[in-house]
Amino acid sequence: MGRKLLTEHINVEGINTFEVYRKHGGYRSVEKALKTMTPDEVVEEVKKSGLRGRGGAGFPTGMKWSFLAKPEGVPRYLVCNADESEPGTFKDRQLMSKLPHLLIEGMITGSYALGARTSYIYIRGELLYVLRILEKAIAEAYAAGFLGENILGSGYSLDLHVHPGAGAYICGEETALLESLEGKRGNPRNKPPFPAVQGLYARPTVVNNVETIAAVVPIINEGGDEYAKLGVGKSTGTKLISACGHLNKPGIYEIELGVPVEEFIYSDEYCGGIWKGRDLKAVVAGGSSVPILPKELILKTAAGENRLMTYESLSDGGFVTGTMLGSGGFIAMDETTCIVKNTWNFSRFYHHESCGQCSPCREGTGWMEKVLHRLEHGHGSMHDIDLLVSVAKQIEGNTICPLGEAAAWPVAAAVRHFRHEFEWHVTHPKEATAPGAAYRGPAVLA
Amino acid sequence: MAKITFDGIEVEVPDGTTILNAARQIGGSIVPPAMCYYTPLKGSGGKCRACLVKVSAGSAKDPRPMPKLVASCITTVQDGMVVENTINQQVMDVRKGIVEMLLINHPLDCPVCDQAGECSLQDFAFEHGVSTTRYEEERRTFEKIDIGPLIQLHMTRCILCYRCVYTADQLTPERVHGVLGRGDASEIGTYIENIIDNEFSGNVIDVCPVGALTDKTFRFKQRVWFTKPVDAHRDCTTDKCNGRVTLWYKGKDVLRVTARKDAYGEVKEWICNTCRFDKKETSDWVLEGPAHISRASVIAQNHYELPVVNPQVIQDLPESTTRELERNPPLRLGGLNN
Repeated sequence: MGRKLLTEHINVEGINTFEVYRKHGGYRSVEKALKTMTPDEVVEEVKKSGLRGRGGAGFPTGMKWSFLAKPEGVPRYLVCNADESEPGTFKDRQLMSKLPHLLIEGMITGSYALGARTSYIYIRGELLYVLRILEKAIAEAYAAGFLGENILGSGYSLDLHVHPGAGAYICGEETALLESLEGKRGNPRNKPPFPAVQGLYARPTVVNNVETIAAVVPIINEGGDEYAKLGVGKSTGTKLISACGHLNKPGIYEIELGVPVEEFIYSDEYCGGIWKGRDLKAVVAGGSSVPILPKELILKTAAGENRLMTYESLSDGGFVTGTMLGSGGFIAMDETTCIVKNTWNFSRFYHHESCGQCSPCREGTGWMEKVLHRLEHGHGSMHDIDLLVSVAKQIEGNTICPLGEAAAWPVAAAVRHFRHEFEWHVTHPKEATAPGAAYRGPAVLA
Repeated sequence: MAKITFDGIEVEVPDGTTILNAARQIGGSIVPPAMCYYTPLKGSGGKCRACLVKVSAGSAKDPRPMPKLVASCITTVQDGMVVENTINQQVMDVRKGIVEMLLINHPLDCPVCDQAGECSLQDFAFEHGVSTTRYEEERRTFEKIDIGPLIQLHMTRCILCYRCVYTADQLTPERVHGVLGRGDASEIGTYIENIIDNEFSGNVIDVCPVGALTDKTFRFKQRVWFTKPVDAHRDCTTDKCNGRVTLWYKGKDVLRVTARKDAYGEVKEWICNTCRFDKKETSDWVLEGPAHISRASVIAQNHYELPVVNPQVIQDLPESTTRELERNPPLRLGGLNN
């Protein structure tokens, strides 16, 4: 099994307390950064590490940090996006509830690097118990002198706040998150201006995912170059994968990027294969927003190479035969899964979660859901299938924020690879709507 | 100053101008439609996506095309920018899609809607839409909310442009209405059915591009294309209202009062509720002459200028003559040639 940088001590008794966490080497990165490094050196180290955003888009973190505008006399903010609500993704919840101090440590080091004097953790409203854990941990960090005025006598001061959302998926979009944090309705903003120039309270702001901020800790401790040695190519370091669905051992795995998908699914070290000895049908590799792939394409690329758990390998072939690593929400589906029903279910989610601000997403998500409902319940027609593709295309790329794409991609990909199954729902409505029915024919591979 | 090329036409505009406003300087049929953007309202725009255009060269310095279509109402120009609107097939296809999206949950009750004839959605659909629908499902409807005796809220017709929300926010000190709910269930509301009570609240009627907010005092009185607009003013004592309005006549009667609008349906000056709802006698106003409708819309098809008769003159005529004039308007009367 590969190295674990984030979750090495996750099962140590009492690791959520400051004392135990400190005993296991906690807060070393804060000491190192504040006492021996300048903020720019910290940013440089993160750049060297090749760390990429763990929230889904995979944008290089060091680059994002260096884009932050730094006008004189204007406060800057670091905001942690802990609004983890993507279906299939549950890594941040576990990280925060088990290792709250890891996130706090990353927040202190990151804030120091960016010159932020006040930082926020915006946490999903449903995770109220995690909020309490974090608040307790923050109080401990204040008491130990790692937060507040003049941290470790370095002259650097930082205040850290946790703020809960009210349960909207859209508030995981960075500008909607900032609106919500400001106390407004969580509608995404038009960009530009980007948060790096005008973010929270119209000040320069960096928004990072929980796992990204946590990864700063091992990067500073061991050095960016050491971190970059893990992984393959531009996908460096480790990544938390929350595996769920029809697996023998679902759960959260910290993998070194570059593990073959086949090994991740079938080896006993990771998920241990498909449950009940069944065959794998399809995989959604990075949270419900990314394109679904049939078994043949998730294990091997269209060119016949082994598919690896990296940003590049998973997106090999574009959206025709590829997908995305996304947020690491790995959903495996066995041969008894009905793809139409699953797509309808995803679509229902996006319909419910669209903020309603821009017209293609507001109207289109509902429309797709209704058409899919019709197909799933045996009332669809052949032209409904093309209609779905057309509506998805009308949404994609024409909206203010990526939720439009997130809603359109899974539908478009499901029709692309499982068109036969949709057609079967139209031609054999009785069989298709029988309880537990699933199409067993081949998928479309190209 | 920045020089941009819009649909092959060069125009020079001050830095910071949006692409949409640069196109409006050129004018004519190349101007992208705007359903949510409203120049007098800060922060408006970017929501309806009707004005999406293709930027095929970002600027002289960085001539790369922008990867996605951009909302022209909120994207500012760069020197050397090349923008494609009507000459780009992708833009036209996307726009057709936007019309479709806006219409799938719209009740299409134009025959009984007071906005018909001056409705932006009607114009937009007429210019860019198709005549059939692919939507088979039941349309979304809302519970009726009564927001007072002056303004009629018909949420089912709303396209969520947020204009009225910005108007209420920016024109009045106390905000009493906003958007509730999420997704296609979002609605304009006053929360716990508060009645809108503010001297400038009537302006939400003028900014509404569709028939979601209409004038209750004008409700079902007349189709707008049968009424004749006349510019008028009065010495208004309300703070911040200068009393310059358009009166809409049917015969001798002033059926409604609105603010004056420009070619793009944007209000030039906000008016107060006293002017709008309480002053419906010709004697309340000093008439200036027929209002020029420069907007390409159903109401513009009526060529108001010709049949408009000075209402003051009408007042002095016997009713039979007035009716005859209405039926057969052969001439312009009294000093209305400006």
